[in-house]
Amino acid sequence: MQRIGVFVCWCGSNIAATVDVERVAQTLAMEPGVVFSTDYQYMCSQAGQELIQNAIREQRLTGVVICSCSPRMHEATFRKTVEKAGLNPYLLEIANIREQCSWIHKDREAATQKAIILGRAAIAKVQLNTPLTAGQSPVTKRALVIGGGIAGIQTALDIADAGFPVDIVEKKPTIGGKMTQLDKTFPTLDCAACILTPKMVDAAQNENIEILSYAQVEKVQGFVGSFTVTIRKKARYVDETKCTGCGLCTEKCPQKKVPNEFNLGLDTRRAIYIPFAQAVPKVATIDPDYCSMLKSGKCGVCSRVCTAGAINYQQQDTLLQREYGAIVVATGFNPISLEKFDEFAYSQSLDVVSSLEFERLMNAAGPTGGTLLRPSDGTHPHTLVFVQCVGSRCDGGEKGKPYCSKICCMYTAKHAMLCREKYPDTEVYVFYIDVRTPGKNFDEFYRRAVEEYGVHYIKGMVGKVTPQDGKLKVQASDLLGGQQLHIDADMVVLAAAIEPDESARSLATMLTASMDTNDFFTEAHPKLRPVESPTAGIFLSGACQGPKDIPETVAQAGAAAAKVIGLLSRSHLTCNPCVARSDEAMCNGCSACEKVCPYGAITYVDKDFRGPNRTTLRRRVAQVNPAVCQGCGACTVACPSGAMDLQGFSNAQILAEVDAICK
Amino acid sequence: MQVKSEWTPTIVAFCCNWCSYAGADLSGTNRLQYPANVKIIRIPCSCRLNPMFVLRAFQRGADGVILCGCHPGDCHYTTGNYYARRRMTLLFSLLDYLGIERERTRVEWVSAAEGAKFAATMNDFVQTVTQLGENRRLEDLRCKSE
Repeated sequence: MQRIGVFVCWCGSNIAATVDVERVAQTLAMEPGVVFSTDYQYMCSQAGQELIQNAIREQRLTGVVICSCSPRMHEATFRKTVEKAGLNPYLLEIANIREQCSWIHKDREAATQKAIILGRAAIAKVQLNTPLTAGQSPVTKRALVIGGGIAGIQTALDIADAGFPVDIVEKKPTIGGKMTQLDKTFPTLDCAACILTPKMVDAAQNENIEILSYAQVEKVQGFVGSFTVTIRKKARYVDETKCTGCGLCTEKCPQKKVPNEFNLGLDTRRAIYIPFAQAVPKVATIDPDYCSMLKSGKCGVCSRVCTAGAINYQQQDTLLQREYGAIVVATGFNPISLEKFDEFAYSQSLDVVSSLEFERLMNAAGPTGGTLLRPSDGTHPHTLVFVQCVGSRCDGGEKGKPYCSKICCMYTAKHAMLCREKYPDTEVYVFYIDVRTPGKNFDEFYRRAVEEYGVHYIKGMVGKVTPQDGKLKVQASDLLGGQQLHIDADMVVLAAAIEPDESARSLATMLTASMDTNDFFTEAHPKLRPVESPTAGIFLSGACQGPKDIPETVAQAGAAAAKVIGLLSRSHLTCNPCVARSDEAMCNGCSACEKVCPYGAITYVDKDFRGPNRTTLRRRVAQVNPAVCQGCGACTVACPSGAMDLQGFSNAQILAEVDAICK
Repeated sequence: MQVKSEWTPTIVAFCCNWCSYAGADLSGTNRLQYPANVKIIRIPCSCRLNPMFVLRAFQRGADGVILCGCHPGDCHYTTGNYYARRRMTLLFSLLDYLGIERERTRVEWVSAAEGAKFAATMNDFVQTVTQLGENRRLEDLRCKSE
């Protein structure tokens, strides 16, 4: 006989304001099998948990139903609570009467009725719950960090410091990411390279860190604690172990007309190149799209000048297969393409640049050696117009993004300030919708730009930029002044929205990690689990999860590392026991389940069964490997004989819920 | 015994744990209203939905059944929602054959970030089913307790 306890939570006024919790508790007390029913202000508080535990002991409960917030919020909490009172943690069901009842209904009567029905469904289900024991799986004590920007580097350094080996996979020839391209950083104006390159060197020299540059993740198998990852190391055509990074080849290569992606195509590089002077690893790479030797077999200059004998035109991509316990995604961001923003004449004039291009133009290691010159004619610009929110905060349009890119207000203030500081003869205008400066010392920084450096901040959007007679005619509205402005600018700088790296979507599919509609990785909980993906063992670091500036990225990178260290420190993991199970007596060995299983968790074994007249019958039956099964339940529906069922979400349990709801 | 004069439909919503159930939670967090007729059953993945569950719901007096899962390509279990889509397509043919209005069953993809879509979908579905009226064809009168 079942002895079920029902606990209805008020959640302060969150539930109690719209649901008559007392009536819910009283009504549910009458349900068959229920021997105890009560309500309390905060079930998740210590007093609330003790209430549950005492009831379990005193009433000898065989099942617990908690009517409270979403199970996504506190299922784990309450499982621990009942376990401490000696009840199997899987003899617990949660009726979601907050997110899916009290918060979405205003009518008290309707909400109370619904809460009762949801409670009934949970009671009907818990009657059929069986005690489940979680299995254990081992943990591979090695982490993989995908992406070698500041997020990935910081995560790897922190994990390595705790003594765990970690690999960084970076698709570019060098680690460093976007931060290497920046000039100064807000709000302190220290140079990006000066604070980043020592970290890059630290990563390279750390004995626990292996950098796999010019490499990409190709395939991910397994689950938390034991992932098997296939990594493609692209052919550099240069032997990394021999190349000394002297750079002679990059000077002698006759192919000079290759757009330099490090400087965003503002200048050119050779076909064999080292992205920038502080690259890590400092090894040359041959660009197969431009190298004449690789394309037509004629040239070979680099091979002749290389004193180390590092050039190898026959090099092939290599595939590495490695085992990891945890994976950190740190794939970062890219500015959006500005081709669609023709009103700003980005594709018509070289003097309309993106902010990242402007960053390169101001950088001492950039194409102009740090002198701000117009890309079209190399002259010194006098009037500069900065346009904010280009592609950010666009509603519904195909052109832009609905979100705020977060970093643009601050870097535009930085650009304007640096520009005025270096060239006091310039006039700098910034057009903005709002200036958003919610960070430590951020607003002070912005105010300095306005007050000390005399940057003209104008609330309003730029309507059109027209190139005319070597100038850029900027038409804009000044919303506060209530007038139309016409500015003859020498340069226009567009603060392009940022979007997740283009590799993010395919990576998310490989990792079965979820993404939001903007292709940012979703966190397990927006507030309480911000660095974990909902997929166990996958962690998030940096702008792949949402727009972030450097301090936030570094903080998140450290947090992700802490989570990884916590995971890798464990000797074993407990598996999800809500997995499929086959009833061997019913299974006819048709292999329908095996075909739909995405994890290959189902195998077939020959088993002897007792036949008629003391004979034995050998039959082929399905067996589920509980360590591999993730519990999706695809096989349960495919099974024609009904032998396959999912523990925790069995056919009988779901049907009991259906019946309770439809009654 | 409830008075039947103000009939409101009973809607069963099956939501996958990773996307749609989280989407439903998000619409709650954002206080987006939808009718109380909708009762959600959490399943691990949309592919856990046995079409039999839908028939059982109709038998027991549900007036509409909706399945919500991750968007195609975004399934937490990689391919689950593709299976769900195929199975539901077959179920739709069966329901057509049985003479159940097509609009009583629906499949929607709702991600964990689409709280607004979840609420809008439910509002729309409840309205559609209300217009269709009570499900009498498949309802098993023996199951009517009161």
